[in-house]
Formats: sequence, structure tokens, C-alpha cells
Amino acid sequence: MATLVQAIRLALHVGEERHGVTDVFGQDVGPPLGGVFTQTQGLKTAWNTPLDERGIVGTAIGLALAGQRPVAEIQFCDYAFNVVDLLKLAGGISWSSAGDWNCPMVLMTPVGSGIRGSIYHSHSFDAQATRIPGWKIVMPSNPLDAYGLMLSAIVDPNPVMFLAPKALLRAKAASGERIPGEPDDDRALSKLIDAPLGDRSRWRPEWPDVKDAFVPIGKARTCRPGRDVTVVTYGRMVPVALDAAEQVAREGVEAEVVDLRSLSPYDWDAIKASVKKTGRVLFLNEDTEVTNFGEHLLRRTVEELFYELQAPPRLVAGAHVPGVGLADALERASVPQADGVAAALRELARAEA
Amino acid sequence: MSSAFPPRDPGEEGALAPELLVRMYQLMLRSRCLEERLIRMNKQGDGFFWVGGPGEEALNTSLGLLVHKGQGPEYDYLHLHYRATATLLAMGADPVDTLRQMKNTATDPYSAGRNFCNHYSVRKWNVAPVSSPIGVQLSMAPGTAMANKRAGGRGITIVQSGDAGTAEGDFSTCLIWCSLPGRELPCLILVENNQWGISTPYAEQHAEKHIADRARPFGIKSAVVDGNDAEVAYRELKKAMDYVRTERKPFLLEAMVSRLYGHSSASGANFVPDEVDCLVIFEKKLIERKLMTRAAMDDLKARCTQELLEASKRVREEPQPRGDSIWKHVFAERDLVRERPSQDGGKNGAH
Repeated sequence: MATLVQAIRLALHVGEERHGVTDVFGQDVGPPLGGVFTQTQGLKTAWNTPLDERGIVGTAIGLALAGQRPVAEIQFCDYAFNVVDLLKLAGGISWSSAGDWNCPMVLMTPVGSGIRGSIYHSHSFDAQATRIPGWKIVMPSNPLDAYGLMLSAIVDPNPVMFLAPKALLRAKAASGERIPGEPDDDRALSKLIDAPLGDRSRWRPEWPDVKDAFVPIGKARTCRPGRDVTVVTYGRMVPVALDAAEQVAREGVEAEVVDLRSLSPYDWDAIKASVKKTGRVLFLNEDTEVTNFGEHLLRRTVEELFYELQAPPRLVAGAHVPGVGLADALERASVPQADGVAAALRELARAEA
Repeated sequence: MSSAFPPRDPGEEGALAPELLVRMYQLMLRSRCLEERLIRMNKQGDGFFWVGGPGEEALNTSLGLLVHKGQGPEYDYLHLHYRATATLLAMGADPVDTLRQMKNTATDPYSAGRNFCNHYSVRKWNVAPVSSPIGVQLSMAPGTAMANKRAGGRGITIVQSGDAGTAEGDFSTCLIWCSLPGRELPCLILVENNQWGISTPYAEQHAEKHIADRARPFGIKSAVVDGNDAEVAYRELKKAMDYVRTERKPFLLEAMVSRLYGHSSASGANFVPDEVDCLVIFEKKLIERKLMTRAAMDDLKARCTQELLEASKRVREEPQPRGDSIWKHVFAERDLVRERPSQDGGKNGAH
């Protein structure tokens, strides 16, 4: 069972071998480090850039326009705020040119809290990202989705943002879930593709013969069925929602957890179907709550599904403060925790419309 | 119009061939007439905004003639600013299409009525979409230049900026990324110095004597040239482009140019009489060398002006985009940039 970060690396490898990836680049992405989270170790097209996010995104746009297939990385999404205009530019290339050009690039960046990253390694980016039309945006919560969404991102003719929940990068796939072609033994996979500590100058990965397993962009996945209340979430909040669902299940409340997986385009049909079933919905993410993507989903739910609702819909999101503080109590107070989500689910389940 | 490549070598020094000079003059004049028509259209309410390049014709015509024109990394990529009208005309663009963009018609091939005038986009000629923010093209240029280098031919990337735009971080991005040791990129950084950033003069924005001086610490070759003398502009541009083509390394060319109608229609778009006019200089030279007569020039100008006036009347009658067209092209459905022209069946996006 690959970890999420191994899954990203395997997808990038497959991208290089079979889907035309020409460049995987960013700060510390090439050897010897291979990414601060090991996500690009051993990749044949990985290279290091100057510490310059504008250069990273700008060069990716240029490479894409010239028919290359770049995957660029911003080391932490906290450092993507100085490229918002370039993201807007990339998202607008097809539209502004009335379809003359397209810009097939992937931008990956680790997002969110959960590694005690303090003020500049804990930001989320989903609220910002979804403000930029013209981008497809994906955010996996498990290794198989990370693998399949990265493959779909690579072959898409549009700019695709791959938001990697950093607290889940070391999380393994659920028991028995494997990327097709992945070795049966986890330690064997690690031996094949994880770089050794110390001198790596002679190390080369031995890639397993993994197969394509695309996850389509725009399709949600119901990861826990339930009849009483719906949680619509993505990324790191998926395991948090599952934990909360487990808590309330002991009290007889059956929560359905919908992992959106893609934020642009998003799977409205899946949301609609679940809300029609339960009549009660909680939107959950860890970005700051003011002008939050969950707010958009909530607004649309109120406008289009009002008469399906049996309780006022809820949003649980991050506190609208400038950063996630380092101390444990500060982080817990800033981003949603399972207990708080469970409490919200109980209230929703009890509420009368 | 066709642009033979490579254009005939004018030699290191001395005069350019007479037929080239006359051709350049025709193109420069056409571009000036087009800009003046655009300004008229704006003043008459046929178009919301004007920004363009009167005063940069000598340099930009030369650029258009020297471009290795085509699609894909074997050819030159152009990241132009919004004063490159003459470049497009010299490459063979139809001036009527510029009128269409001015009038934001549905028939505007560059943006279907979405963007300001002189914001070109021509994938079949590697002209990246022009965007209004100054500087962003400098951050994109290393990417296309990398592809040029990989393609192994003579294709290069040309990226334009004004003097004011070099204050953006994107300018240092371009210098840094194009000069990484052992990974130098075939990129011509062309700074068109008109001494203005909208209303703020050069001296208020820059301590450096020349923008070109900023190339030195990166080991990038550079030059400052008179962009108002068509012959000098052509020769120096060719020299710089030849260097980038053959050495596969960057070059920073700073060309001193004029801004003859101010920044844009927002500042009135009125003729500025105290700036050097490249067209006037060139006309004098052509008359002195007996390559053209004043009467022939006047006649050409009158015909050009009349043709564009008539075209603008026709463009006025062309359809405006429908409101519901805003949903088109948010996402691309095909990977156009990797399709080769031969596979495109002539349906080249909007062209």
C-alpha cells in the first residue's frame, strides 16, 4: 500500500514514461533532495529551480505554450500568493485568446495544516484557487486518488492545480488498496523507489511496472454511505469527517461522507444526490471561513435544494485569522477537529427545519 | 505579404538594401496609419480604449521582418507588449483584424471582442497572447526559450518590455532563469525604452543609467541602440538575434524609442510634438538617398489612410459578440499547442 507521496511519485514517473511529461521542477525538486516531502525522488525529468515562484509558474506557462508537458511545484502553497496574477494569466490563456491557445500544465503544491507548520507552512489554498477560473483543481485524500488524479492532470489540455494535503502525504492506502502493478509488500516498494539517507549520488530507483488508473477530474467519491446527514469535504478533512462519522454512528446517527476530490469542476450531481437523500448537509474544509469554497457550495445548496433541506445547512471551516499558530492549542482552535465536526453533525441530525 | 527567412544580410555596417528599406518604410507607414485610425475610432466612440505603439515602428517593423515565423519550438516565440502593432503587420497580419479588435467585434481573431486593441494572439505564428500587465511575459519567456533550445534548431524566444516594466520582479526572473550556468537560454530580452511609465518619467524610477547595464552581473551580453533610426534598429536587432540564434544564449537589447501619442487613450492620445519621430527621420533618409519621393510617400499615406477609413466603416457593421459567448473557451477541449499545423486542417483556433 503506497503512501500518498509515493503515489504522487509513481504517477509522475508514469507521466514521464507514458504521458509525455517533460519537466518536473521547482525549488529542491531535483536531486539530491527530490522534494521536501520526497515526492519527486528519482524522477528522470526532475530539476531544481532558483527560489523564485514567479519564475517557476511563468516558466511552466512558457513550456506549456511551447508544447512541453510541465509539472511545476510550489514548495508550500503559502508561497504561492506572490504568483496569483500568473495563475490568473494561466487560467485565462484559452479564454483571453478565444480558444487560440491552451496551457497544459500541472501545478502541484502541498496545502493545509497538521504538521505543526506554524504560520507559513499551514495555509490552505482551496479558497484562493477556486477564485481563479480556467483552472481545474484537484485535491486527493488517499493514495489511489492521488495517483489517478495526477495522471488525469497530466493528460488534461488545461492548467490543473494539484493540491496535496501535506498532513496525509505519509498516509497509506486503505488495507488491500493498491495501485495496479504495485508490489504486494510495502517494504519492497520503499526499497525500490525511496531514496536512501545519506549519499544518493549513485542511487537509482527501480520503478515497479504500475499501470494507468485514471481518476476522472470532476467526479466525487462517497467514502462512507449514510442516511441521516451528509458531509461534503475534501483533502485532509476527509479522514477527519470519517472519524467524526464514526463517533456519531455510535449514537445512531448515520453520516454520509462525500469526498469531492475535484474542486473545479466539482461534482454537483453527487452533492445533490446526497442532500436529497439526507436533507441535512455539512460542508467541511480547513481554509479560512470568510469567502470560503464551502460557502459557495452552501449558497448553491440553499438556492437550488432549499425544499430538500430538513435543517439549515452548515459550514465548518478554519478560523478567519491570519495564520495557523504553532502551539497545539492554537492549531486545534484554528482548523476543524473531529470532535467539533461530530458536534456539528449531532446538531444537524437533531435540527428541525 | 511574405517574410523570407533568413532575410538578406545587410552586412555589418553601411546601408541596407534599397528594396528592404522601401519595404520597411511601407510597413512602418502602414502601422502608423493603423494606429492613427485606431485613435480616431476611439475618439469617435468606435472602441472603448486605445493603447499602441506609434513611435516604435522602426524597431517593431524590423522585429517582424526578422522573426523566424512559424508554429512550434523550431520557430521563434514572441511575448510581445501592447505596442507591437508594427511587428504583427510586418509578419503579415491583416490590419483590418486590428480594427476588429478595436471595435471588439465577434470577428476579432485575437480575442473575439474580449481584449483591448493591440493585444494579439496568433498561435500559428507563436505569438503568445498579449496581456495588459507589464512584465508577466518576462516570466513566461524562459519556458518557451527552453523549448526552443530543446528543439535544437535556430528558433529563439523574443520577449518585450518597456523601461518601466523592468521594475517588476519578472525582469530579474527573466535575467536569472535565462543565464543559469550551463543552462543559458536562447532569449532576446528587448526593452523598448520610451522614458516613461504612464506619467512617471524614467529619472524618477531608475537609478541605473541604462536598463541594459543590469545584464552585466548575469554575464548576459547587452547593447543600447537608437530604436528611432530604422536602419540602426534593423541592423542591431539582427545582430542581437543572430547572436541568440547561434550562441543559444540570452541577449538584452535596450532600444531608445518614442511614445508619440502618450500612454493610451486614458491620457488623451494626442500627438506629442517634441519627441523624435522615426518615420520623419526615415523619410528624410529615403529622400536623400533618392529611394522614394515626397510625392510617392504622401500618395502612399493618403491611400493607406483611405483604405483603413473604409475598412473601419465595414468593421463597424460586423457583429458584436453575444453575451452568452462568455462561457466559451473557459476550458480548452483539445491540446492545441501540441498539434502540428499539418494536422490542424487549417482550423487554427480562431484563425
